[in-house]
Amino acid sequence: MNAPLRNPEAAADDALIEVRGLTVDFLGGRKAVRAVGGVDLSIRAGEALALLGESGSGKSVTLRALMRLLPESRTRIAGHLRVDGHDVLALKRKALSAYRGGTVAMIFQDPGLALDPVYRIGDQIAEAVMRHEGVSRAAGRARALELFERVHIPSPARRLDAYPHELSGGMRQRAMIALALACRPKVLLADEPTTALDATVQIQILLLLRELQRDLGLAVIFVTHDVGVAVQVADRVAVMYGGHLVEVGASGDVIGAPAHPYTQGLLASRITPDSPKGVRLPTIPGSPPDLADPPPGCPFEPRCAFAVPACREGLPASLAAGPSHAARCIRLGVPAA
Amino acid sequence: MTDLDPRDRGGPAQPLLTVDGLVKHFPGKGGFLGKGPAVRAVDGVDFSVMKGETLGVVGESGCGKSTTARLLMQIARQDRGDIVFDGELLGSRALDLKAYRRQVQMVFQDSYASLNPRLTVEESVAFGPKAHGLSAAAALSRAHDLLRRVGLEPRRFGGRYPHEVSGGQRQRVNIARALALEPRLLILDEAVSALDKSVEAQVLNLLTDLKQEFGLTYIFISHDLNVVRFMSDRVMVMYLGRIAEIGPADAILGAPRHPYTAALLASQPSTDPEARLEEAPLTGDPPNPINPPPGCRFHTRCRFAAEVCRTREPGLDPVAAAHFAACHMASPGSGHPDAPPVPMAA
Repeated sequence: MNAPLRNPEAAADDALIEVRGLTVDFLGGRKAVRAVGGVDLSIRAGEALALLGESGSGKSVTLRALMRLLPESRTRIAGHLRVDGHDVLALKRKALSAYRGGTVAMIFQDPGLALDPVYRIGDQIAEAVMRHEGVSRAAGRARALELFERVHIPSPARRLDAYPHELSGGMRQRAMIALALACRPKVLLADEPTTALDATVQIQILLLLRELQRDLGLAVIFVTHDVGVAVQVADRVAVMYGGHLVEVGASGDVIGAPAHPYTQGLLASRITPDSPKGVRLPTIPGSPPDLADPPPGCPFEPRCAFAVPACREGLPASLAAGPSHAARCIRLGVPAA
Repeated sequence: MTDLDPRDRGGPAQPLLTVDGLVKHFPGKGGFLGKGPAVRAVDGVDFSVMKGETLGVVGESGCGKSTTARLLMQIARQDRGDIVFDGELLGSRALDLKAYRRQVQMVFQDSYASLNPRLTVEESVAFGPKAHGLSAAAALSRAHDLLRRVGLEPRRFGGRYPHEVSGGQRQRVNIARALALEPRLLILDEAVSALDKSVEAQVLNLLTDLKQEFGLTYIFISHDLNVVRFMSDRVMVMYLGRIAEIGPADAILGAPRHPYTAALLASQPSTDPEARLEEAPLTGDPPNPINPPPGCRFHTRCRFAAEVCRTREPGLDPVAAAHFAACHMASPGSGHPDAPPVPMAA
């Protein structure tokens, strides 16, 4: 894809999703935990971005903040979140309810979180359509049928009358996607939706999501820990570590020529079909930072083989690593030796 | 492997473990009197594991790989079939359950659920040896040795509870706990699947080292084909309670002979944006093991299915050196249009 220069710091005029300086703190413990430490992102309509990271990197929390799904009494969200003209953090109860589902919809790893076990799936979708669009039950049912066809559920009319437990795992995931699309959102947020699926089913769902993104012009943010999945669904990849976006760029650039030492280490420790047997795998020493007591500068500094004292002096700026590729590493400011 | 293991009976040529005709059906729920049709989780499985090798096991949900592991651990009892360990039949006078369990241990996917939350890390590791008759002091000393060996400094970690260590560290504790009885066979059931990739690499390196150091034999169950290829000498592919294909890891995952293995491989997303998949290799979910399809169990999802596949179940036939596949296309004279010709009699 011919993406224009897309330094995450530079505000894009045509962005559908605009995130500036997003911080999320979890309160209630002995010490506040800074799960997201200042994320900047912009995503255009019709664009798919993969948010790649390991557990505790802040990828899911960032996603949930975009939909205001974090418990308000125990979290403090700050920064600037603008989605399709809505100031997300300022939305009041009623506007928030219309925003969720109408502008932004979310799918999860476990369809059990999204589907009510005691109602037929067709009725759940019809109800969502009726509430958001104020149409009749018959119109809601018709839309549900249309959606089931859209997500390629076989014998859709019959499956509308099924309860969630009566569907197979892959089919349940398709039904959840249909429910998410019920109110014609512009943004689809996906939180590891294929992680629990078998390989042969996972690829079907990934292809479906790409097809929907293309056909419906959806902006998609896809959270995953799997590099292959990220590349399969997204044109751009953003790598998160310790609550920060450490690297963003076209997926081919980030995966093919990673600029941040963390991304480099993550990719090097992956096993590929070419990994020689019996040879020790390269690993990243140490473990991810304690978010209640994060390192003062670069979050990766304590584990980084290239760390110098300057790395501790503050979060490195996002520096260009290529025309549509940036990373938060001071080494990028150093001319190549 | 250690040549001088005093427990070794038949020498290196005798398989450490042989499984013969293993069947496990779970009674169904629902239906009249709560007796629905049985779930045919493992439905006739035969294989051997040689001493010192790693046998990888792959397959999707419902294929029977975890049930097979549980039967091998005797957490569940098989309906039919024999387990032979180093030449001795399990349940015979020569090999009772307790003696067998000392030699076969297992590490599970859920590192938290497999540890008692009320025991400290060192108590968990020392528990098994104590139960098998070691004194408390000796058991604790063995626990400390093992914790050190898996990379957890006993003075720092020994007194912690499971919730006080990270997922990767907890899995190291589980590995130490499994090794505490000095087993000869370790069953790893998705043991690294829940770990982050950077931690997974550390644990895989540890497993490789331990295998060499203690002369262990592994059964390595995973859904990640790259990890299985990396760890295994041989690989067994299961589908709906049966073996689809078994053979050398490089042959199975490099030149598979069963269409299901090929589809599993082709379903792996590539990390090259230019090599993205445009079409799914298989449609639909794996069928339900309650009512497996007649004939070849894979025929409902197989793009090469012919008439014979719908009616006759293929046997596990040799297709190359030490490589067996249950597919009519690989079996001469099976009646499948793509089957190889029957070789001329010499």
